[in-house]
Amino acid sequence: MAIAASKFESLELTGVGRSFGGVDALVDLNLTIRAGEFIALLGPSGCGKSTALNCLAGLLPLTHGQVLIDGKRVDTVPAANRGFGMVFQNYALFPHLTVEKNIAFGLQMRNVPKAELKRRVAEIIALVKLEQHTKKLPGQLSGGQQQRVAIARAVVLEPRLVLMDEPLSNLDAKLRLEMRTELRRLHQSLGLTTLYVTHDQEEALSMADRLVVLREGRVQQIGTPEDLHDNPANWHVADFMGYRNLIDLDVTSVDGSTVTVDDKGFMLRGTTVEPVTVGQKVRTAIRPEDLVVVSPAEPVIGGNTTTATVSVVEYHGREFAVGVTTTGGRFLHVRADHAPAIGSTVELTADPARVLVFQVDPNDVATLSVEERELLEMRT
Amino acid sequence: MSAPPVGRPKAARSTASLRHRLAERGVDTSLLMLVPALVFTGALFIYPFSYGIGLTFQPSAAIQEQWGGGVFANYTAFFKDAFTFDSVYLTMRLALPVALFNVLVSIPVAFKLRHRFRGKKFLTTLLVLPITLGTVLTAQGLLIFAGRQGWLNRFLLQIGLIDEPLKLVHNYLGVMFSLIISGFPFAFLLISSYLSGIDPSIEAAAKTMGADWKQRFRRVILPLLAPGLATTFILTFVLAFSVFPSARLVGDAMGETRVMALMGYRAFAEQIDYPMASTIAIMMGVVELLVIAVVLLWRSFMYKGSTGGKG
Repeated sequence: MAIAASKFESLELTGVGRSFGGVDALVDLNLTIRAGEFIALLGPSGCGKSTALNCLAGLLPLTHGQVLIDGKRVDTVPAANRGFGMVFQNYALFPHLTVEKNIAFGLQMRNVPKAELKRRVAEIIALVKLEQHTKKLPGQLSGGQQQRVAIARAVVLEPRLVLMDEPLSNLDAKLRLEMRTELRRLHQSLGLTTLYVTHDQEEALSMADRLVVLREGRVQQIGTPEDLHDNPANWHVADFMGYRNLIDLDVTSVDGSTVTVDDKGFMLRGTTVEPVTVGQKVRTAIRPEDLVVVSPAEPVIGGNTTTATVSVVEYHGREFAVGVTTTGGRFLHVRADHAPAIGSTVELTADPARVLVFQVDPNDVATLSVEERELLEMRT
Repeated sequence: MSAPPVGRPKAARSTASLRHRLAERGVDTSLLMLVPALVFTGALFIYPFSYGIGLTFQPSAAIQEQWGGGVFANYTAFFKDAFTFDSVYLTMRLALPVALFNVLVSIPVAFKLRHRFRGKKFLTTLLVLPITLGTVLTAQGLLIFAGRQGWLNRFLLQIGLIDEPLKLVHNYLGVMFSLIISGFPFAFLLISSYLSGIDPSIEAAAKTMGADWKQRFRRVILPLLAPGLATTFILTFVLAFSVFPSARLVGDAMGETRVMALMGYRAFAEQIDYPMASTIAIMMGVVELLVIAVVLLWRSFMYKGSTGGKG
């Protein structure tokens, strides 16, 4: 493979921040990216992830902090000279240039000799499998093909860092899955260093080596996909990582890290993530697939069991997604290996290690973003 | 593959009613909505226009006698009479530079006003305001401001910068100023909207690929803007080409700014020669069409598709 990423040891963001007229879009982002890493910036819309990307690309000046590559400042370097590749959400292909010329554009700007330019363009076109379409204009291509041109155009420059701004969000579900694998393959075969922005947690978990979860411009957690999936640092991250059951309960007993939480007879044992005391209101996070209906094939785990009434049953192929209502009137998403009758009372069980108990700020509602508040209203 | 050819029933007749089949081809009662437009086009454009063309082939006896050429005497006169024919050059000499100036100057201004900044609305209003003034008011203003006794000349004389008043009106310059004042807002508004039709992320992409601002402008923005520039040029050109009031008010009506519209008016109102006036009017149209054809030809070599933005 002749096309390979230019090398550096580490890229360091220290205290990076950006505010727009007094409103902080990004606050104090500290992150060290090692060469060859695939990092995902994850968060709901408006969390500052695109701002972070644009700051790094040099399209937006920083208002705080600095960006260093191997100890050298790059945040003062103009975007054109940073040597980063960027893939835009809407691809931003040059509509008046053919696929070939779109890809060659960056090389021409760098005065690459003609023979080498031709070779590199041909190579990257083969890599993204667009040989049939070299003479077409972007408008004549499908979304997935345009996407591949955008990636080829960024990668052909052998950038030190590839920035991707939700590159798959405009594709349909099937193509998105295919492109996910494709991107990962390109990343590995070219040894690229990639910073990938997305709001799709599944996408981030499946592609990235490390994830950075942002919320309201602030970093919530940085870690490997397993870390974030299994041990979210706070309930916001849990919420974002697919813990669909977020219930406010009272602590009735504390034993080390194991606590018992209760709400009008709905009682479970769980594990604290943040320290709590008896009588405190806490927020409990459980994934639907960790809270299952007891059946002969699904025995009670560790004696941790409670009951609820079935209100909705959905067929999901190998299992059933069941909506149950607790005695306290809370709606929970659980899984079952059979279809329980609607209105019947079922026994639920969960591994205490998978019932995560978080602190909740009593006047939390005020600090929530609009989107989160809407979600909360839907839940309660 | 050896599947037997499936015998398709030949042109199965549609069982839908005639009215339904016509509607599928776009023929239905909603076409009646076109009637007012057709009436107006016929009565106010097609009829007078063909009547005018007809007139040009009915030259007056005087013209026929002087220039010969039978029914084509008016056209012979137009091309052979230097006094008339020179007006083509005189009009072009005004309209081409003015249109070019309006387009070229609008580009950087539109670029500057693309981003949000303090006072943008005020500045835009100021640039567009002249549209509301009308030619006569502009001419009057120019006479008062830049005339021999205008305060610009008096000021320059008083501070000793010049010894003699500058001749800025009642000549080529005066008409040119007036055309720029009234034509620039049009060009600026049009180019601004064409520019906002170009997705800004396209330029950002060029930036991340290492293009400096000159390269971005020449390789990305200009090709995408070119069709818009062509349209804008055509519109401001046509506007300037048909100049009449300002050529008379701030120009030199029988000299350097003896434009075609003035010649037509002269034939119509002073010589009462309707056929000759029609001929000049038709020739104005022909010259304009020639210029437009050249511009459109150039435009046809440019990219014409979508520019990705909201335009």
